Amino acid sequence: MFADFLYLLRGSGLKVSLTEWMALMEALDKNLHRASFSGFYQLCRCLLVKSEADYDRFDRCFLEYFKDVPFQQEVSQELMDWLNRPDVLNDYARWDEEQALKNMGLSEEEIQRMLQERMQEQNEEHNGGNYWVGTHGMSVFGNSGLSPKGIRVGGESRYHRAFRVAGERNYRDFRRDNTLDTRQLQVALRKLRQFSGLVDLPPTEFDVDRTIQDTADQGGMLTVRYKRPRENTVKVLLLMDSGGSMDYYAQLCSALFQAVSKSGHFKDLKVFYFHNCVYGRLYRDPLLLSRDSVTTQWVLSNLPGDWKLILVGDAQMAPYELRGGYYGSSDPDGPKNGMDYLLRLRDRYRNSIWLNPSPRPTWGPYWSQTYDEIARVFPMFPLSVEGIEEGMKKLLSR
Amino acid sequence: MNEFKGSQSYVADPELLQAVNVAMVLQKPLLIKGEPGTGKTMLAEAVAAALDKKLMIWNIKSTTKAQDGLYVYDVVQRLYDSQFGGQGVDDIEKYVKLGKLGEAFSADEQVILLIDEIDKADLEFPNDLLWELDRMEFYIPETGRTVTARHRPIVIITSNAEKELPDAFLRRCVFHYIDFPDKELMAEIVRVHFPDLDRRLLDQVLEAFYRIRQLPQVKKKPSTSEIIDWIQALIHGGVDPSRVVKEVPYLGVLLKKNEDMDAMRRVWR
Repeated sequence: MFADFLYLLRGSGLKVSLTEWMALMEALDKNLHRASFSGFYQLCRCLLVKSEADYDRFDRCFLEYFKDVPFQQEVSQELMDWLNRPDVLNDYARWDEEQALKNMGLSEEEIQRMLQERMQEQNEEHNGGNYWVGTHGMSVFGNSGLSPKGIRVGGESRYHRAFRVAGERNYRDFRRDNTLDTRQLQVALRKLRQFSGLVDLPPTEFDVDRTIQDTADQGGMLTVRYKRPRENTVKVLLLMDSGGSMDYYAQLCSALFQAVSKSGHFKDLKVFYFHNCVYGRLYRDPLLLSRDSVTTQWVLSNLPGDWKLILVGDAQMAPYELRGGYYGSSDPDGPKNGMDYLLRLRDRYRNSIWLNPSPRPTWGPYWSQTYDEIARVFPMFPLSVEGIEEGMKKLLSR
Repeated sequence: MNEFKGSQSYVADPELLQAVNVAMVLQKPLLIKGEPGTGKTMLAEAVAAALDKKLMIWNIKSTTKAQDGLYVYDVVQRLYDSQFGGQGVDDIEKYVKLGKLGEAFSADEQVILLIDEIDKADLEFPNDLLWELDRMEFYIPETGRTVTARHRPIVIITSNAEKELPDAFLRRCVFHYIDFPDKELMAEIVRVHFPDLDRRLLDQVLEAFYRIRQLPQVKKKPSTSEIIDWIQALIHGGVDPSRVVKEVPYLGVLLKKNEDMDAMRRVWR
């Protein structure tokens, strides 16, 4: 009937499966939408969407697919509801059939344009009319109004029209590709775990249940059983860019830092800071004080290759900061420039990613050059919930 | 047909009511998410009361395993009994104790099963319950018995989104996200708790409450249970309504963090 809608939803990244779609068909068959359009919208949403993070995406698809559905049926349905509710009868008295039909004939764009014109003309408060922006009227603008179609201007939505509810996009903030707070980050970081049960570790933990079970099976003869300890074996090395162009993302980076250090489920965690690119020294403090630093070589030789490396930075610098010999090591066999250091890190740590709070610069090749070069060395992910989830997968792959 | 229309003590928005009814008709678990304090747990109680059914609550903790909800085989007791020559050691059935899910399945009438805060448990927990919730039956290998639901329970699951739930699990649920109530709905909720609250006080309380919630500086936003406590405190202290917005007495009831209190004092005029 409207199977295209399923494909539209799937195409937009919502993981709607056939099970859910069939459930929707069954629900429609049982008239759970109560023959109303709003009911249909709610029904679709509660069956097809499984996270408030996806509400916004769903709303947009719904708008796109059903925007041409005429409103008539729904109005009559709602009129019935109004007649049953004494508290809106007063409002209903102002219902203007002619105006309603006129409003219904307007397209979204027309209404949009009219609103802009009206905003320029209007300079006082209007309630109950059918022309100005105001409340309780028949105008296509304002709130608590009766017009079957229109734009809500302020206030809480009262007569929930499916379109407007979807159009309000109340759930925009829940979208997953938004930048994030600590809590969301922590959830994303939890994906980064590898239980020793899965890794080959000797069974060292006393297994009470199986000991008792087997002892009982043996007729009371003590049979001791051990199991593998179940703990996270992931060790994380976090290197963060500090200062300069990263100041814009300070809040985001500190959220990431807090999430990583608070999550506490890693077996070991080391955090170091650098400026622009990794050179000879790594700093324990974002202020980059040299008395509180270690050499990059120390890190490379002391932290073995099974550590997971996460680099955070905007990867945007002057090309000489990445390629220039000025930052190289004094040792003739040592790394010659920033890029060399990065390559050594990558070669040492099999699982490494780069998280970037900034999108790829689009204005000029000067800044995007280093961005692209680094992205060729490290798999680069945006510093958002989705990006981190993808990154964690990369870190866990073997 | 059973239909849930809200109850005397629980005010729900129409979308939530529809989700509840859809879940009941389609016989799927209803997954409820929402900010803390939006009444997720209360919902199950209200549904149970409205439909006059028994409510069973399975509280999930970080250590809860799916097995705990089905049954527990008490081997230790059996071992004891066997050593001290207790009666009926041969009867394994005696040592199998049904968990909440098992109880709900074997109840004589349809019950409402609340699986509270499912996200507290291990990541794999929901996956371990897929079959049981789908088919409403499970098998006890120790006794060779299959426990099948005599009356399919209405399952309500709540989550605080601490952990994400697996897709396979989500696919089987009806989902609803409880929005934080707007002012009108909140007024209704408050009136359910305090039927003869002074109108002026209510207005002032709501005004102050929503203004505090909108402050970006406040990290832990006060929720429904906090506003109820606050009103209780205001009534108890006999505070003059005109002082509520200006001074926000008993702020400690609303805000639980020091930073939040300081931040709010700084910006409140």
